[in-house]
Amino acid sequence: MKTLNDKKLIVEEEFCKGCGICVAFCPKNVLKVKNGKVLIADIDSCIQCGICEMRCPDYAIYLGGK
Amino acid sequence: MSKYLIEKYYRTERLPHIWCPGCGNGIVLKAIVKAIDNLKINKDDICVVSGIGCSSRATGYLDFNTVHTTHGRALAFATGIKFANPKLHVIVITGDGDCAAIGGNHLIHAARRNIDITTIVFNNNIYGMTGGQFSPTTPTGDKGTTAPYGNIDPNFDLCELAKASGATYVSRSTVYGVNMITKQVEEGIKNKGFSFIEVLTTCPTYYGRKNKKGDAAEMIRQLNEMTVNINAYDKLPEEKRENKIVIGELYRDTREEYTEKYDRLIKSF
Amino acid sequence: MTWENVRLMQGNEACVEGAIAAGMRFFAGYPITPSTEIAEISAAMLPRVGGKFIQMEDEIASISAVIGASLAGKKAMTATSGPGFSLKQESIGYAVIAEVPCVIVNVQRGGPSTGMPTSPAQGDIMQARWGTHGDHSIIALYPSTVKEVYDTTIKAFNLAEKYRTPVILLMDEVIGHMREKIVISKKNEIKIYNRKKPSVSPDEYMPYKITDDLVPEMANIGEGYRYHVTGLVHDEFGNPTNNSIIAEKLISRLINKIENNLDDINEYEEYKMEDAEEAIIAYGSTARSVKSAIDILRDRGRKIGLFKPITIWPSPKKKLEILGKNMKRVLVVEMNMGQYLLEVERILGKYTEVKGYGRTNGELITPNEIVSFVEEG
Repeated sequence: MKTLNDKKLIVEEEFCKGCGICVAFCPKNVLKVKNGKVLIADIDSCIQCGICEMRCPDYAIYLGGK
Repeated sequence: MSKYLIEKYYRTERLPHIWCPGCGNGIVLKAIVKAIDNLKINKDDICVVSGIGCSSRATGYLDFNTVHTTHGRALAFATGIKFANPKLHVIVITGDGDCAAIGGNHLIHAARRNIDITTIVFNNNIYGMTGGQFSPTTPTGDKGTTAPYGNIDPNFDLCELAKASGATYVSRSTVYGVNMITKQVEEGIKNKGFSFIEVLTTCPTYYGRKNKKGDAAEMIRQLNEMTVNINAYDKLPEEKRENKIVIGELYRDTREEYTEKYDRLIKSF
Repeated sequence: MTWENVRLMQGNEACVEGAIAAGMRFFAGYPITPSTEIAEISAAMLPRVGGKFIQMEDEIASISAVIGASLAGKKAMTATSGPGFSLKQESIGYAVIAEVPCVIVNVQRGGPSTGMPTSPAQGDIMQARWGTHGDHSIIALYPSTVKEVYDTTIKAFNLAEKYRTPVILLMDEVIGHMREKIVISKKNEIKIYNRKKPSVSPDEYMPYKITDDLVPEMANIGEGYRYHVTGLVHDEFGNPTNNSIIAEKLISRLINKIENNLDDINEYEEYKMEDAEEAIIAYGSTARSVKSAIDILRDRGRKIGLFKPITIWPSPKKKLEILGKNMKRVLVVEMNMGQYLLEVERILGKYTEVKGYGRTNGELITPNEIVSFVEEG
């Protein structure tokens, strides 16, 4: 389900250290850690709240683009 | 927002940074940069100074004038920089060991002078760079590699120390409340005088593991549970205050700033 | 010569006068005998010329503030004595590797530790050379008259700026506190050297670029050239690295930028050396006693002269070798138990006999003592 906001969730894989903070704080269980990197497992559930971006210590996940 | 901040204010070719998975330092650093962006200060007018330790590696990633100094001495270097060129916005990034142990003397005297430096302490309760020794802020009883049976030292309240020493802006926040960090750094930079901001952050690799605090996310959640905002704290009944760390803006004062005082002296001749 | 340029001055005072003439506009210090007058006089003079004086909380803070001020564009100095000089050593190494021009004055007193605070000594010769950890080169100067203090302080700033390096100005309690008549040079007679500023735009600027003269151009903080300064081994952009090739290049450049310029850096005085068959090597206050001793010995028919290095480090290697080859004997007289002696032996010991005379009881070495040493030894 798309929201009014049409930003895209982007993962910078080379920055990700797989700490799992974004996974733990995501309110909609959109994310997973697989092979030490974050994976967008369920983009349809994403409400683009930006918590993952705010909490990521490695600048590896963010809402960007149009 | 992240992308914009990183591209504008970081030396992107230096990323990814050296901090461990789940280390809170990257969160604090971005919150600081956001504050600078909000204040719209020219990058050339900012000088960020750091000491030695995990937190102090921050300067290497930032596209400002950056000075990564010796262990504990960031505030002394920063004092020289600010006094030599008072037009600069001088920000010090330091850690609990760097600022409260080896650099403790410089902290109390920079605060005493009320020199216009904004000091941000990344307090993760441990010496991370050297592998997990207890620091002056490691809670009594907690473990470090040099406190294998539990730390018997009482731990410092850094904000009380800064306040007693003469800082004119003192606040505390945690990596749980990212926006609060940004707000406090903004206020600290705006304060014409010595500003002290303690940010409680997480070291899952050493402090967390040694003390069975859970993973990175769990440690961030615990920071939220351990702390209470100063506005709410005042209304809490006595029994609920126990063991709570107070966050928010803790102290403000107005005193003449050091470099301005000296400039008056120069102009008197 | 007009009388307005003639002053009766203490060594410590001449140091501040020279520093301000050289462009010093920042001083950070901490009280310590016998250098305190340098801080006191700086505190009085600097605000009058638009400069800054700050009394820091300790010795380490003082050198740290000096380095910070220099990075921000001010010519900066601190002054101390043995115990404080020891405390400053880590940061002196920082100034070496980060290439920050600054002047550190050490008015030597008796040691080790608190030692004899009000008595002269020359016990920090090796500390000046090797006090900070790690391999490096260093410039250390040592005047022996009040006028020389004035001139040498200017030279210290010039060399610091020219070679982007900390320069140590050694004195001893006698030189610091002694009063002499000096003729102050006129402004237009003083040669001032300022750090090389960037010749390129900020986008092209490399703060630690390897150039032909091995001394990179230096941008001051706040001038639009944002770069990283660190005590870690770094590449030409200032970024930390563990790369062994870059490390080797950096450390050898730091050494060579000084060691390749001995002719420019080395300064010395020779006294009655024209026909000398024996030489005494001495510096600072001891060189004054040696001069008197040489006059006495010459009266007694001895062909002896003084070689007085003003630049203690780096050593005047070529000059010392020539001495070794031409002298029947070289004697080193110093207020320590044989520190510069080690360097003299190392350089010219293979050519001639080298003997040292030294002591560390807080008393000056007298001319008569030196005469006896020469005649009996």
